[in-house]
Amino acid sequence: MAQTERRDAPELPDFSLLKRLARDQLIFLLEQLPGKKDLFIDADLMSPLDRIANVTILKQHEVDKLYKVELKPIVSSSDQLCFLIRPRIQTVKWISEVVNSDKAAGRFRRYKIIFTPQKFYACETVLEEQGVYGDVTTDEWNFYILPLDDDILSLELPEFFRDNFLEGDQRWVTTGGSALNLLQSVYGSFSKIYGIGRCAKMVYESWRELMEEGEQRTRQPEFAKVFLIDRDVDFVTPLCSQVVYEGLVDDIFRIKCGSVEFGPDVTSSDKSIKVMLNSQDKVFNEIRNEHFSNVFGFLSQKAKNLQTAYDKRRGMDIQQMKAFVADELKGLKQEHRLLSLHIGASESMMKKKTKQDFQELLKTEHSLLEGFEIRECITCIEEHINRQVSMIESLRLLCLLSITENGLLSKDYRSLKAQFLQSYGIEHLLTFANLKQLGLLEEQQAGETLTVMESKVGKLVNDKTAGKLTDAFSSLAKKSNFRALSKKLTLVPKSGEEYDLRVPRDMAYIFSGAYIPLSCKLIEQVLERDGWTGLEEVSRMLNGQEFAVTGGSNSSEARTKTDAQRIVLVMFLGGCTFSEISALRFLGKERGCRFIVLTTAITNSARLLEALLDNHP
Amino acid sequence: MAFVTANWNPLGEAFYRKIELYEMGWNLKDGLRECLVAAAPYGGPIALLKGRIRRSPSARPQLEIYSSSGLPLASFPWKSGVVKQLGWTVTDDLLCVQEDGTVLVYDLFGGFKRHFSMGNEVSQSQVLDTKIFHSPYGTGVAILTGALRFTLATNIDDIKLRRLPEVPGLQGAPSCWAVLTQDRQCKVLVANESQLFILDNTACTPVTPPGLSPEASSIVQMCVSFSYKYLALITDSGHVWMGTSNLKEKLSEVDTKIKTPPKQMAWCRRPKSQQPSAVVMWDGLLLVVGESKETIKYHLDDESILVPELDGVRIISGTHHELLQEVPGACEEIFKIASMAPGALLLEAHKEYEKESQKADEYLREIKEQSLLSEAVRQCVEAAGHEHEPETQKTLLRAASFGKCFLSNFPPEQFVSMCRDLRVLNAVRDYTVGIPLTHTQFKQMTLQVLIDRLVYRKLYPLAIEVCRYLKTPEYQGVSRVLKHWACYKVQQKEESDEVIAKAVSVKLADAAGISYSEIATKAYESGRTELAIKLLEFEPRSGEQVPLLLKMKKSPLALSKAIESGDTDLVYTVVMYLKNELNRGDFFMMLRNQPVALSLYRQFCKHQEQDTLKDLFNQDDDHEELGNFYVKASYKEKRLEARIALLQSAVDEYYKAKNEFSAKATEDEMRLLRFQRKLEEEKGEPLVGFPLHETMTMLLSVGLHKHAEQLYKDFRVPDKRFWWLKLKALAEKEDWEELEKFAKSKKSPIGYLPFVEVCIKHHNKYEAKKYVSKVTPEQKVKAHLAVGDVEGAAEAAIERRSESEISTVLSRCSSTTDHLLVERLNRAKATAAKK
Repeated sequence: MAQTERRDAPELPDFSLLKRLARDQLIFLLEQLPGKKDLFIDADLMSPLDRIANVTILKQHEVDKLYKVELKPIVSSSDQLCFLIRPRIQTVKWISEVVNSDKAAGRFRRYKIIFTPQKFYACETVLEEQGVYGDVTTDEWNFYILPLDDDILSLELPEFFRDNFLEGDQRWVTTGGSALNLLQSVYGSFSKIYGIGRCAKMVYESWRELMEEGEQRTRQPEFAKVFLIDRDVDFVTPLCSQVVYEGLVDDIFRIKCGSVEFGPDVTSSDKSIKVMLNSQDKVFNEIRNEHFSNVFGFLSQKAKNLQTAYDKRRGMDIQQMKAFVADELKGLKQEHRLLSLHIGASESMMKKKTKQDFQELLKTEHSLLEGFEIRECITCIEEHINRQVSMIESLRLLCLLSITENGLLSKDYRSLKAQFLQSYGIEHLLTFANLKQLGLLEEQQAGETLTVMESKVGKLVNDKTAGKLTDAFSSLAKKSNFRALSKKLTLVPKSGEEYDLRVPRDMAYIFSGAYIPLSCKLIEQVLERDGWTGLEEVSRMLNGQEFAVTGGSNSSEARTKTDAQRIVLVMFLGGCTFSEISALRFLGKERGCRFIVLTTAITNSARLLEALLDNHP
Repeated sequence: MAFVTANWNPLGEAFYRKIELYEMGWNLKDGLRECLVAAAPYGGPIALLKGRIRRSPSARPQLEIYSSSGLPLASFPWKSGVVKQLGWTVTDDLLCVQEDGTVLVYDLFGGFKRHFSMGNEVSQSQVLDTKIFHSPYGTGVAILTGALRFTLATNIDDIKLRRLPEVPGLQGAPSCWAVLTQDRQCKVLVANESQLFILDNTACTPVTPPGLSPEASSIVQMCVSFSYKYLALITDSGHVWMGTSNLKEKLSEVDTKIKTPPKQMAWCRRPKSQQPSAVVMWDGLLLVVGESKETIKYHLDDESILVPELDGVRIISGTHHELLQEVPGACEEIFKIASMAPGALLLEAHKEYEKESQKADEYLREIKEQSLLSEAVRQCVEAAGHEHEPETQKTLLRAASFGKCFLSNFPPEQFVSMCRDLRVLNAVRDYTVGIPLTHTQFKQMTLQVLIDRLVYRKLYPLAIEVCRYLKTPEYQGVSRVLKHWACYKVQQKEESDEVIAKAVSVKLADAAGISYSEIATKAYESGRTELAIKLLEFEPRSGEQVPLLLKMKKSPLALSKAIESGDTDLVYTVVMYLKNELNRGDFFMMLRNQPVALSLYRQFCKHQEQDTLKDLFNQDDDHEELGNFYVKASYKEKRLEARIALLQSAVDEYYKAKNEFSAKATEDEMRLLRFQRKLEEEKGEPLVGFPLHETMTMLLSVGLHKHAEQLYKDFRVPDKRFWWLKLKALAEKEDWEELEKFAKSKKSPIGYLPFVEVCIKHHNKYEAKKYVSKVTPEQKVKAHLAVGDVEGAAEAAIERRSESEISTVLSRCSSTTDHLLVERLNRAKATAAKK
């Protein structure tokens, strides 16, 4: 397997420090409200909080009962209420209601709101408007970064994507800047900063301002370079089906905050099991970046090895047996347990994925990426919608079609949309409005001549041929950015060549050799060229906004060849997928460097699209 | 040097000395006679109100302000009411308390700053007497009114008036009173003849000083020490009683034998000194009283006032300015005649050394033998700090430096910092500056405050020099001074905006931690909005620019600055401000030009004010968004009529937006809703609100085929969809009969393979087989395999001579049971391959 570590791979910094910092601050904040108190926690903060401070620690600091914020009237007998929430208007409004209803009932309590990672003026305005500003105290828990793994850091802000890219609400920009500033203050400054995208630029600016305000500390840096990238630079990658093990697990079982819940079908018992998925899990660590088709073989090999290890017992004398039980057995048992879990998971995934549908889906996807047989793809998508296979999947294919083809023909656009609405209801008009706004699903603005020609041709020949003809026409007129980009950066390898997934030769292996993720390719190119020179055309097609700056630490010092110089921090604004992380790990191995991913949240096609639905009440 | 002790006078254990600080630079015709005088502690400025007694109706009193050395700082005729008392605040502002209880505040240069009142009660009954005092809370004012009640404000910057309780039996003005701070509370001590009371917030408590000699029938004067710890009283019998201010302990009592009431009395006690002592002043006579029966008498030529200090008393007369203090321990040790203290010996050694005499060695040896050399150096350094004459300072420091040479590990900090301090002190004591600070006072007041004082006096260059010399961190030192300078500069009306902005930016350019916004605020306050805007341009932090811009009503600029900063909180602040400030139309117009602010406000409205959101879209004629808005509103609406009405609005908007697709889709939805309701009423099936697809499925599953067909036609559902849908629905219902009918109704647009597959999915092989024959040749193999008919599949595959299909079938055969078949297939495969 190609997944063995290179021996010269640089050491990664110790990120557990970030957890400790966060924990200490939280404890400090809790102690600001002495005495017993009930703690209300935002639902989506539960898991991250658990990684920082578990219930025992909270209890030690006089937290009496824990509640999830449910935006309903509360039942609590405590005289002190503490709310640990994200700075959302809705939640603050709910807290105001709680306070006001207490007031109406003549009940006196102390309230404290801890906003994390920061508080927003808007929230304070709500408190003021609801007339409770004087009744609550507010604080900030600057818990910016949760280390999910050795090389994955997350802000755990899924709403970043929708807020920033759809609503145009830039309030999280400063959060991004603060997170980088935190990393810098703990782990030393960066020598070079690259980025692309509007949000990336703003985050960098906000970070720069923080740097200027703060004291300058010259320390041996632990990272060399930072790359900031907006999610909307590359929508294709997160919309593709993931076929690398970790990504697949995320697509099917949904990894939440670094852990996944395997249902009874995986555990082959009647219980669900929660498993942490990170590099601590030896079995998982070896297969997480593998193409799914290899996983089974690997696991069975592993099982055999394990069996051999167990079999060593035979023919041991007492002494040896004692040593075996003391040293190895526990490890083997542990490995055994994990192995059986992952085999279970693989089986369950296999069942789902080897079905006809999935294969066809993949085929459609690959055709779209290559720009082949588009008419067939559209038919296929149509059938998919008509049969109501899965709403999100249908949307995913529609978006993928639109992006790769630079928008849909009006005719297709309308008919597909109409079909979709018939299947899933009128409210998706709003979803479509959102997708359009983000440029995920658009109507082609065909030239006048083309439409005229099309209608003429349409009258002459029957429907099917007309479709093909229009395809031909439009491909002539189209200035499809994805196609051009794909050509320029050779994202899609030449079809026809055999691609050995066991010995990946480039990052395309994460999509069965069909496509190199644009985001990762960009990172590779920029790092290779140490900037954007030579990529002018590419960045123009991506709407520009690229930048490259020499960072805080002076350059002479940065030149020194330390391990740190080979560690690159990549910040995804708006989320990144496990497939991208796998691709970067692969790239790192190829180049002898290590990538650390800092993302606003882990995403995948389903999460991305769900964020754009408009059924939020 | 021999003269150092010339002005020393012994009193008990200690010595007292009177040194001249300045010969006053002012030229006062009548001295201080008939003047109201106030001198600030810590060598602060002196204020005089001359000509209070009106000689003619047109004559106005003159208010003059001088430095401690008598240099004029300001002078102007007094035009307001009758002044009862002058006093200085801790920040060098002059307070003028008028008869009616109004207090006017002036700056050091006579600029009027503000005024405040001491309350109605005071203005009605007029001010009888006033005391201005300093406490840890700032500068306070205490007033005795004509109604013989006390009113108190502990901090004039945060005025909270307190009216103290009545003093029992007080008929006329009390013989004397004082303010003291105890237990974090300001209290008033009042003497009414021989009775003494302490007034606090709640009560008036009679007290008696322990051991006060009984001969007295009245307490005529009292004073509290600088630290409020000690109290001194003088009685009409001429006894001076000294004790702690809590009246628990008596320290000493001295009979002065002078029965006339003194003009002024002040404590003269240095910190850590053992002996209590007070200075009492009569016309032409000054008396220092301490523990012993003896007193020191000084003759006064001129009308004088006493200014109590931390470590002594300053005496200001029409011509001179002197400091009277107990001789500090270190000085006494060194200079006392025939002193054998190590410091004295070291000084002597150094003198001999200068004379190149070998006696120097003898002295040194004497000190070293007792191993007191480091002590000697310390004494010399300390004494230098207490000396006023630079020559004496130098001599002592040289001696210290000389002694240091013979010590190996003596830490140099004390010596170095003393040298620096003295240099600064000598600079500010200079006649032209006129701040006669002692070293003790300097340490107490801190460098920060000294810099402030220099800044108040507009001595910016000196302040900067001091900062640089003492290496104060730039942020607290130079930058702060520059900021004050700039704030002053922007108020200079005679210069143009450009000149000032340039001057300020040039001077401040490379100073760290300068807040241009503060300077701009100052400019704005002095009415120079344009200059303020210019200055704000230099402010690197947008967060600092925005609030001022808002204050200056430059809201568009504020908004764009806020947006530039990328700080949404800031944008939000401005938006919220504008929302309240502007009328709705203007507000929306402004948002319209700022998309970032607009989207932010929209986000807020989404949660807080739905209607505003609608207005926003209306304003922009954004029909598309309005349409979306109505659609969204519709599915929150429970009642069907309202829902349809909302959808109708959406339709209208979509048409306006020329979005026919959405309009049509919405119209369809309305039609669907009506249809669903009608059917729901007729058939009792819950249908309202489901998508078309679901609705049809539901209709089919309850057997309402006709209605489903109707929808199929009305909504022009594609054939394929309808066939899929019906197929699934019927299979779900296991209505095989109907399914068969359906299959035969006409040619299936989706082919017949789905029929086979769906039947198999519902585990009905029998039904599935019915459709296998109908499947197109291309899908035959799949169909056969789906129903598990390997042989059939083989037949079909062989017939089609397709190699790949034969392989597919082969993979499904097991070689044991289907031996013959496998053979046949292999053969066929071979022939197919040949072709």
